[in-house]
Amino acid sequence: MATVTLKPIKVPDLRLEADNIKPDAFAGKKAAEIADLHVFCGNTRYSLGEFFEVTGEGGATAAETEVVIDGDVSRVKYIGMKMTAGSVLVKGNADMYVGAWMEGGTITVNGDADAFAGMGMTGGEINVLGNAGNYLGAAYRGDWRGMQGGVIRVVGDAGSDIGTFMRGGEIIVNGNVDVHVGTHQEGGTIIVKGDARSKVGGQMVEGDIYVFGDIEVMMPGFQHIGDVDIEVDGVSGRFACYKGDMGERHPRRKGETIYGKLYLKY
Amino acid sequence: MAEYLIKNGFVYDPVLGINGDKTDVAVKDGKMVETSALSNPAEIDASGMTVMAAAVDIHAHVAGPKVCVGRNFRPEDKLFRATPQAGIKRMEGGFSVPTVLKTGYDYARMGFGFVMEAAMPPLYARHVHEEIRDTPIIDEAALPVFGNNWFVLEYLKNQEIENTAAYIAWLLRMTRGFGVKNVNPGGTEAWGWGLNCPTVNDPVPYFDITPAQIVRGLIEANEFLGLPHCMHVHANSLGQPGNYTVTLDTLKQAEGIKARNEFGRDQVLHHTHLQFHSYGGESYASKSFESKSKEVADYINARDNITFDLGVVTLDETTTMTADGPFEHHLTELNHLKWVNTDVELETAAGVVPYIYSPKTFIAGAQWAIGIELGLFAKDPMRTFITTDHPNAGPFIRYPRVYKWLMSKAAREDMLDNVLKYGNTVRDRCYIGEIDREITLFELAQMTRAGPAKALGLAGMFGSLKPGMEGDVAVYPYNPETSGDPEDIERAFSHAQYLIKGGDVVVREGQVVSNGNKRTFWVDCKVNENPQVERDVAEKFKRYYSVNLANYEVYAHHYVPNPYVIEVDATQ
Repeated sequence: MATVTLKPIKVPDLRLEADNIKPDAFAGKKAAEIADLHVFCGNTRYSLGEFFEVTGEGGATAAETEVVIDGDVSRVKYIGMKMTAGSVLVKGNADMYVGAWMEGGTITVNGDADAFAGMGMTGGEINVLGNAGNYLGAAYRGDWRGMQGGVIRVVGDAGSDIGTFMRGGEIIVNGNVDVHVGTHQEGGTIIVKGDARSKVGGQMVEGDIYVFGDIEVMMPGFQHIGDVDIEVDGVSGRFACYKGDMGERHPRRKGETIYGKLYLKY
Repeated sequence: MAEYLIKNGFVYDPVLGINGDKTDVAVKDGKMVETSALSNPAEIDASGMTVMAAAVDIHAHVAGPKVCVGRNFRPEDKLFRATPQAGIKRMEGGFSVPTVLKTGYDYARMGFGFVMEAAMPPLYARHVHEEIRDTPIIDEAALPVFGNNWFVLEYLKNQEIENTAAYIAWLLRMTRGFGVKNVNPGGTEAWGWGLNCPTVNDPVPYFDITPAQIVRGLIEANEFLGLPHCMHVHANSLGQPGNYTVTLDTLKQAEGIKARNEFGRDQVLHHTHLQFHSYGGESYASKSFESKSKEVADYINARDNITFDLGVVTLDETTTMTADGPFEHHLTELNHLKWVNTDVELETAAGVVPYIYSPKTFIAGAQWAIGIELGLFAKDPMRTFITTDHPNAGPFIRYPRVYKWLMSKAAREDMLDNVLKYGNTVRDRCYIGEIDREITLFELAQMTRAGPAKALGLAGMFGSLKPGMEGDVAVYPYNPETSGDPEDIERAFSHAQYLIKGGDVVVREGQVVSNGNKRTFWVDCKVNENPQVERDVAEKFKRYYSVNLANYEVYAHHYVPNPYVIEVDATQ
């Protein structure tokens, strides 16, 4: 595994759009070539080297490349966008769209990740050790293809609208989440180990949502269908199981109607 | 103005009967001229390239409220697809519902000179014209929709052809429209009651008139006026398995009617996106759904007063939009994607739904096959035009791909063997595997230039390189003597080497270098004074419309700053 280290040397005036910060773009390149890759600040094109000191070099392939951002990049967007393999470690906070549409590999953010982390991702793993923003694992504006695969783990809290249009994969939030969880969800699993406020599973077609704490206001479209004793992400317990959203269409497979499931821990 | 001599190209011009001869083409002061008329021309070397008149698109949805809805509610259509401003070009964006600027540039890059916006809701004509105005380079016109209009339904119920004609003439002037569009006749009005008119004999609720009467009545009114274009119909039951009988019933309404006009147009009925209307079977199940393209094409081949365009499915993720409201509701029930529905007061309704024609499904493969088959079964390329019903069956930038499929059996076989998941089922249920025909470049020029120009009544301006025609010439980097790979067809016709539009170079060496001098065509038809229609209009506006009559007209100075008016005298 070859490591490329980016040390922030200049805070951009506007947010920096740096979808080139990913193992796929760095693989097979020397430090000088990596520093030459472009980034955008507003409508102006700069080279990566104007904002970061680049050391090390990429591995032969993305899978053999590790990217370490040694500092705070809370004004740098699109880190690890569409990456397919390898790893990215952000030692501080990251701006929006971390790991958007990623297909594989691992991203770790030691601080907070802003909105749209893991948007539309189809594979790989995102670990946020701080808090995550809104629209975690959601779909791009207007799109109906949210997170489709992979895993997102958040140690702290997450914002609102997480898992909107989610179709697969897993989102695990250790802390609390804001409103709108799994809106239009059509597959995949969301686990909230803290509390959720309201509008959990609105217009949900299928998939699973687990809430360990409380839901402040339950959606009226969910029906209690019984209690189950299960283990969820290493935690065993009794959960009340609801099906829904009853106001939404539901597919039929093998003679059975498929519903979204909402599990609330006692 | 400039003079141009386009030298040594392989020229294809069905009107002049030139079939690939190496000859020179001359443009002077915005018009085609004899080469001898030039004094000091700029020379364009077209050796090894194909030269044709600029292409004419008879049916595309490129401007107006439903296109704008498509753009607004599909931000994902623009994702990663924007190119920044460069040179004289402004920023471009979008794929299936591109921005007006990209629309103009893309058509120019494909060598088009004229595009017909296929459905204009009269009440929103201002919006249509604002977008047309802002689309650079290409000349455009728009067809207002009449097939669900309360005035038309009431007049035709009483068989008042002259009143219908007077109303059409009035509305064309109010909306700066070009001709008569007829979408899902009666069915869209029935949609206001939550119903539809699946066949030509289902009466429209309240108005108690059938689609057959609407189609025939609008043909008669159109010929009464002698408009440049004919009645342009999108028949009932679009997209429904088994709908080919409805299509044939619709086409039969033209029987015995002769074209009456001074524009050289021979047909009285144009059926658009025929692919969507040539389905057999009872459902979308692969054991039932089948192609009926041969049956429909045979009927048209045996007539001389009908034209049609293909509406080929291009197997892309696209945005469907039509003034066929009930159909869009049917689509959203099918694919569960987002849906917009609008009702336009007394006139029409529309819907918009994104759609993915996936090569992994049998139905999309069969739809693809049916569109291509229609182009190959058609005997007269002067009455058969290439479209994708942009953006319904696919975006217009795929036209060159459609040319490739029509011109190369090998390209079709490659689709059936390697691209479509159910290629063999498509061979079973459709005709495509049995057809060896390959469209020639001469026929392509008929289907994309001379044919549509004639059908629109614009044969005196577009579709040929004859002296006196508009100076619209496209040069494609395609050498008919040496090019063998079907991919060359798609590549070359996607990127014209040169486009001269109205006598000016707009595309040079594949790059858009000018925003051109676009014009909006409309038809000003004079009719005798008709107090009944005048009174009906005033009354309906007072009682039902949400706008004042005085606020209805498209004022030309703002909305149509560069008009080209075609005058028709129907007072005799």
